[in-house]
Amino acid sequence: MIRARKVGKRFGEKRALRGVDLDVAGGAFAVVTGPNGSGKTTLLRLCAGLALPTEGELEVDAPRASVGYLAHEPLVYRELSALENLDLYGRLYHVPERRERIGMLLERFGLWEVRHDRVVSYSRGMTQRLALCRVLLHGPELLVLDEPYTALDAAGAELLDAQLAELRGAQTVLVSTHDPDRVAPLATQHLALA
Amino acid sequence: METVSRHYRIPLPALAAATLALVMVALAFVFFVAPNDAVLGFSQRIFYFHVSIAFTAYACFGAGAWKALRHLWKRDPRADLESYVAVHQGVIFGVLVLITGSIWAKYTWGHWWVWSEDELVLFLVLFLFYAAYFMLRFSVDPGPQRANFSAVYALFGVVLVPVSFLAIRLAKTFLHPVIFTRHGANIGGWMLVTYCLTQPAVLLLAYTLYRVELAGKSIDARLRELRLA
Amino acid sequence: MTYAADVGALARKDLLLELRARDTLPAMLLFVVATFVVFHFALPAHSSQLAASGLLWVAILFTALLGLGRAFVPEREQRVLDGLVLAPCDRSAIWLAKSIATLAFLGAAELVALPVFALFFHGIGGATVAGVVLADLGICAVGTFLGAMAVVTRARDLLLPLLFLPLAIPIVVGGVGATVAGSPGRYLAFLALYDALFGVLCWASFEYVVTE
Repeated sequence: MIRARKVGKRFGEKRALRGVDLDVAGGAFAVVTGPNGSGKTTLLRLCAGLALPTEGELEVDAPRASVGYLAHEPLVYRELSALENLDLYGRLYHVPERRERIGMLLERFGLWEVRHDRVVSYSRGMTQRLALCRVLLHGPELLVLDEPYTALDAAGAELLDAQLAELRGAQTVLVSTHDPDRVAPLATQHLALA
Repeated sequence: METVSRHYRIPLPALAAATLALVMVALAFVFFVAPNDAVLGFSQRIFYFHVSIAFTAYACFGAGAWKALRHLWKRDPRADLESYVAVHQGVIFGVLVLITGSIWAKYTWGHWWVWSEDELVLFLVLFLFYAAYFMLRFSVDPGPQRANFSAVYALFGVVLVPVSFLAIRLAKTFLHPVIFTRHGANIGGWMLVTYCLTQPAVLLLAYTLYRVELAGKSIDARLRELRLA
Repeated sequence: MTYAADVGALARKDLLLELRARDTLPAMLLFVVATFVVFHFALPAHSSQLAASGLLWVAILFTALLGLGRAFVPEREQRVLDGLVLAPCDRSAIWLAKSIATLAFLGAAELVALPVFALFFHGIGGATVAGVVLADLGICAVGTFLGAMAVVTRARDLLLPLLFLPLAIPIVVGGVGATVAGSPGRYLAFLALYDALFGVLCWASFEYVVTE
């Protein structure tokens, strides 16, 4: 699914990433770890297709429509409600049976009761749950998750555990985390950036 | 970056020498060979520079847009810097157009600025446009985004030139009745020969300056590259 | 057809955001009326009607700039633009939808501004209205495009007028010509030409503004 050879990324004179080799087969569950500033986010942005490498080769065998990317920011409009945000993304991704799918996800992540509230009134954890709904909405083949456990409370983290366990094997997952033990039971491979 | 030196064939010193020689010959023709204009006298000689520089500025903007297109289309890694340097030269020559045009206006019509002179107004618009190009470029961190923004804006420039020219022509009909008409294009003989010398001389000068700036900037980039590695 | 649906979904979102936050349209309305009042005092007594007609176009341009400067602010916050860019729709749809939304705001502001202008200064003819409609298309197409670039630069709000005004000069020429000239046909045609040329250019190159 992902094949990287000596991939590097520079922003002007700042080098964010260098010499990364990575092979992620379809259905694999790859975990990326590394200290702050080691380029985890940069690598994930490259794999999600938001940036191009400045050196090396990178192939990702997934069309844009089948990639789900969870960023540091939730990538939702703060002035819109959870429902309106997901409805927009559902339309852009041409999700079949959009309303049912959105309802199901909101229910699962415990946001159904607040679905009409504007995102600006959400706590960080609730916003992160909404971001997860957005990522899963179109049933992506390749999930690129940047620190998915950030800001989640214990209940939220368990929801995510269950969700990831469900995806494992069927979908390809690339996840960066500071807490590799949490996803260790699921991981099929591990990349440590220095 | 390795391909930079291989790409250009004419060595810079030879180019500089040829430019110097041609500029000298052109200057000699402008001041000693070309006859005085029957109506405007000696001051008309600035016309040789003014027109040559204006054409050169257009050529620079055009080259900048062409390189911009190369960047967007072919992802040519050198094209961004080349486009920037070409636009930079275009702005330098564009300012010279405004200065020479202003001098010409003063001696011909007695005013430093005349709105009725289409080309002068056009260069003022272009100056504002390309000044914003630099503002844009220096307001974005170096990288692919800056290259894309610069390239797209440079492409807007080549569309703006004919559109603005048309606009300025149209505006004249309601802004000013035509009072001054440009001194007739009845140049011939030595005047034509002189123009035919100054035009390539100024073009070659622009190309040499382009190459010098490009070489400087490439070496600079190379150095930073080495320091990073 | 999916292209139209994508544009519709995105434009709908912008109108919804404006309905929610209500910060662009009221500001544009107040601004344009305030500008007219300033113009009244800026024009000495017995100034020609022509001067007021010219100022109408200045007011439209600056009012549009006010709206255009805010166009991509919701996307800049929280980097939502990344989310839109990742979606499988054509990237030009993002520009087109935003242009339609800003056009709606500008049109709504003018719906009030033009009658107010007629009340304060002098009547407005059909050619002026046609000129305003054609000019709005160009202003919103080019302005939205430049706004998407300006919003991610360090200079932000400062940059948009600098980028936009040199490109807006032909629009002013066409608009003022349509307002004051005896036969406005060629000025309207010029505005349409401007819209077509820059519309195609924006549509074709927007992808490069939002991707690497």
